[in-house]
Amino acid sequence: MKALLEAARRGDRRALARLVSLLENEPGRVVDLFGKGVEWTSPGLTLAVTGPPGVGKSTFVSALLGRLREKNPSGRIAVLAVDPTSPYSGGAVLGDRVRMMEHSLDEGVFIRSFANRGRLGGLAPGIRAVLRLLGLTGWDLALLETVGVGQSEVEAASVADLVAVLLAPGQGDGVQMLKAGLLETADLFVVHKADRPGADRMAAEIRAALDMAEPGEGGRPPVLLVSSVEGRGVDAFLAALEARRKDLAERIRRRREGAREEDARLALLHEAGARLEKVLEGKREILRALLSGGMSLEAAVEELLRAAWGEETDKGGKP
Amino acid sequence: MTRKKRILVGKAGLDGHDRGARYVAHILRDAGYEVIYTGIRRTPEQIVEAALQEDVDALGLSLLSGAHMVLFKKVLDLLAERGASDILVFGGGTIPPGDVEALKKMGVKAVFTPGTPAAEILAELERLLGEKERR
Amino acid sequence: MIPEPVAELKRRWERETLKKALEKAGERREEFRTLSGIPVERVYLPDTSILEDYGRKLGMPGEYPFTRGVQATMYRGRLWTMRQYAGFSTAEESNRRYRYLLEQGSTGLSVAFDLPTQVGIDSDHELALGEVGKVGVAVDTLADMEELFRGIPLDKVSTSMTINSPAAVLLAMYIAVGEKQGVAPEKLRGTIQNDVLKEYFARGTYIFPPRPSLRIVADIFEYCAERVPRWNTISVSGYHAREAGATAAEEVGFTLADGVCYVETALEAGLELDRFAPRIAFFFAAHTDLFEEVAKFRAARRLWARLMKERFGAKDPRSMMLRFHTQTGGVTLTAQQPDNNVVRVTLQALAAVLGGTQSLHTNSKDEALALPSREAVTLALRTQQIVAHESGVANTVDPLAGSFFVEELTDRIEEEARGILEEIDRMGGMVAAIERGYVQNRIERSAYLYGKSVENKERIVVGVNEFTDPGEKVEMDLFRVSPQVREKQVEKLRAVKARRDGKAVARALEAVRAAAEEDGANLMPPILEAVKAYATIGEICGELRKVFGEYQGG
Repeated sequence: MKALLEAARRGDRRALARLVSLLENEPGRVVDLFGKGVEWTSPGLTLAVTGPPGVGKSTFVSALLGRLREKNPSGRIAVLAVDPTSPYSGGAVLGDRVRMMEHSLDEGVFIRSFANRGRLGGLAPGIRAVLRLLGLTGWDLALLETVGVGQSEVEAASVADLVAVLLAPGQGDGVQMLKAGLLETADLFVVHKADRPGADRMAAEIRAALDMAEPGEGGRPPVLLVSSVEGRGVDAFLAALEARRKDLAERIRRRREGAREEDARLALLHEAGARLEKVLEGKREILRALLSGGMSLEAAVEELLRAAWGEETDKGGKP
Repeated sequence: MTRKKRILVGKAGLDGHDRGARYVAHILRDAGYEVIYTGIRRTPEQIVEAALQEDVDALGLSLLSGAHMVLFKKVLDLLAERGASDILVFGGGTIPPGDVEALKKMGVKAVFTPGTPAAEILAELERLLGEKERR
Repeated sequence: MIPEPVAELKRRWERETLKKALEKAGERREEFRTLSGIPVERVYLPDTSILEDYGRKLGMPGEYPFTRGVQATMYRGRLWTMRQYAGFSTAEESNRRYRYLLEQGSTGLSVAFDLPTQVGIDSDHELALGEVGKVGVAVDTLADMEELFRGIPLDKVSTSMTINSPAAVLLAMYIAVGEKQGVAPEKLRGTIQNDVLKEYFARGTYIFPPRPSLRIVADIFEYCAERVPRWNTISVSGYHAREAGATAAEEVGFTLADGVCYVETALEAGLELDRFAPRIAFFFAAHTDLFEEVAKFRAARRLWARLMKERFGAKDPRSMMLRFHTQTGGVTLTAQQPDNNVVRVTLQALAAVLGGTQSLHTNSKDEALALPSREAVTLALRTQQIVAHESGVANTVDPLAGSFFVEELTDRIEEEARGILEEIDRMGGMVAAIERGYVQNRIERSAYLYGKSVENKERIVVGVNEFTDPGEKVEMDLFRVSPQVREKQVEKLRAVKARRDGKAVARALEAVRAAAEEDGANLMPPILEAVKAYATIGEICGELRKVFGEYQGG
């Protein structure tokens, strides 16, 4: 792992990709990245871009990439695009990349697709760990693209510094989406496909809804009109993003501090859980006892822990 | 958790007929793979770069334009350049039987011509990926 | 409405004869459906509406609503045009194939261009590597076009050119070749496909984004109405959507929705409906479910006529006529047991003729393997000739009219297609529907369902999932495009560039760019000047790319 990390830091994109896979499958290993005295880093800024299907998130992200790379050729941007895993087959077709292919050969851009692997509409496991990795390998901006269906906004908000919610005229009921809790989660609103009729009205509706609600920390979020296809509004969005970053600097700092501990805690529990799962597989009688009522839950847990501990001692205390 | 296998399905060159590629992407998903679809009119460079960033186990190209000899070679060469020849390359489309042999000699591990049943495609890929893992 | 005596007959039949038959043996399946999923009844019965409503629903051939055909005498007057799509390698070789086809009885030409030409780049472009001359003929400059039609009098043949995004350039070249032959533009007959919308959802050879592409289409309509009045300025296509997986009803729905969009575009540009609408042509596929296909063509004609009259207020009956070319469905042909394909194509050709097509291309049996060999394309042409001269189906107009089954299917398909049009209207039109991915998603879904139905043998494909020959070795002489084509073409290009007047080219290209930037200017005249100066297709499209940008698809 250390070797891959070295290579990734040197700019070897395959090494980076391999590390991402590793962390996606074993998020607990993130702890191995940060040895003695290595700070738990994050990318310069993590922005979540979320919204219902069909609003054009990928096209928007691609437009952002284009503009940012133009303005700052030395900045490095990573895109993590999350799509749902099929609940029937466990597989997924990850199609966000299609809209971003023009950036494929850009040295300063890294794009990776994730399947959320069954987390009910939520983020892919290991995203937190991957963000840490991106921090460690010097990425300035991480764009996290997810399908917003409620649960994932909340998750996205917990791993990202800022959340941008995209809506578009003619895509379902904009105001309804607001009721689903997006109002509280969004740090920026984007009315995308602003070249379509109804865009101005949608922006007005969102602003009205925001006016009625209590302004949160950092003041009311801005509502921007963007048409990626016509190239309008992207600069205004970037400016608003910067402003928001300043307004919410305190919250970002606070959350990052808390996140460090949270990430370590999650990594620990994930790894512990994986170990216990393995032990349980070899001790299916505990499960049977639980099912038959022969053992109470507390007793079953005790038994499992004892068995795990026993394994440890058997191995001489070394994993 | 068993590691999910990731497969990139792409179309290189100027040919825009993607029905086959999309169908294969779907059946792979139905079989539990994570499939990254690149869309049409991609250069071999873009496809290989995507394959590396996505850390895929296999890369499938669909070609109906007759440009398959040139484009497969380019993709295989680029993969070799980047030290990624372990990525399994397979393909499909209007490829005459004689060319199928030539492609296999080049390093394309399987070629699925029109009408190959999904079950056959899946079985073959599973076999090849299993082999790859054991190596 | 089924007349009561017939209904009574049916009830008795169900109680007695049918019951006995079913008790003896069940039917082959639970339910029967057409290829597109329309349920097929055991037996169809007389429907009085066909008689009561005859004038409104069917009418006479050559009269509104044109259900029975767009000409009064149809094939009794003139057989459909036998137009085999062909083109490969260099202009020289394609020219030879065209002359061969004309000698063998082909009555029109149909030009296939290679992919670099179709996306407006030259043969020496980096992206053209491996693609030059492969799926069609390589055309870089007017010099290639002159070669392509050498010895072919443009006042005697009609030529269909399958070219979309750079259609203006190829049309200009054709006009220029005509001029050199001494044929005035008013005499030229032919078609350009020029259907950009479908490129975005079914074919992929787009260049510019939708709005500027539609502007070019309107410019061509306007120019031709003036100068090339016998030219079909557009062939609104359903073939490609069908190849991509659309059902028969979707094929009609999407095609007519595209048509509506083009008409609206032209009207917005200030053109008069009855001046350009008569020159709109269509292009459909013919698949193997015979009766469904016939019904599809009839439904399309009736629906278009109604749209043009009711929605757009067309006055000239020619604006309401859906004239179309058909190509037998390539996607239905198999690599396994290729001889079977001859039988499929025969059924499909029959469907097209029974459906009243104006022109027909029949695929060759080696379709799933390579471009047609000379033998294979000859057999495909003979297929049409046998249908025309030996089967008798061309001797009366719309022979299947009145079939209870066919009329029912016609109604169903029209209804479904209309539903799709309404859906697209609600989204704000075809461009909006494409941007949302509505069309692509529907096609993809239909393709997926069809694929699954073949996998689980709900649909039988002979030689592929049933009646297979696992040991078969396909031994065929397949057509091959020589890899030297690119070199030849690059050399030709260099020679043309060396001979031409560089300053004139630069001026002409500048004029193209200026016209592109000016909303009200028509792009055809400056493009014509540029092709005459031997500017390349890549250079001309390059200027347009500068102004219009490129469509980022996928």
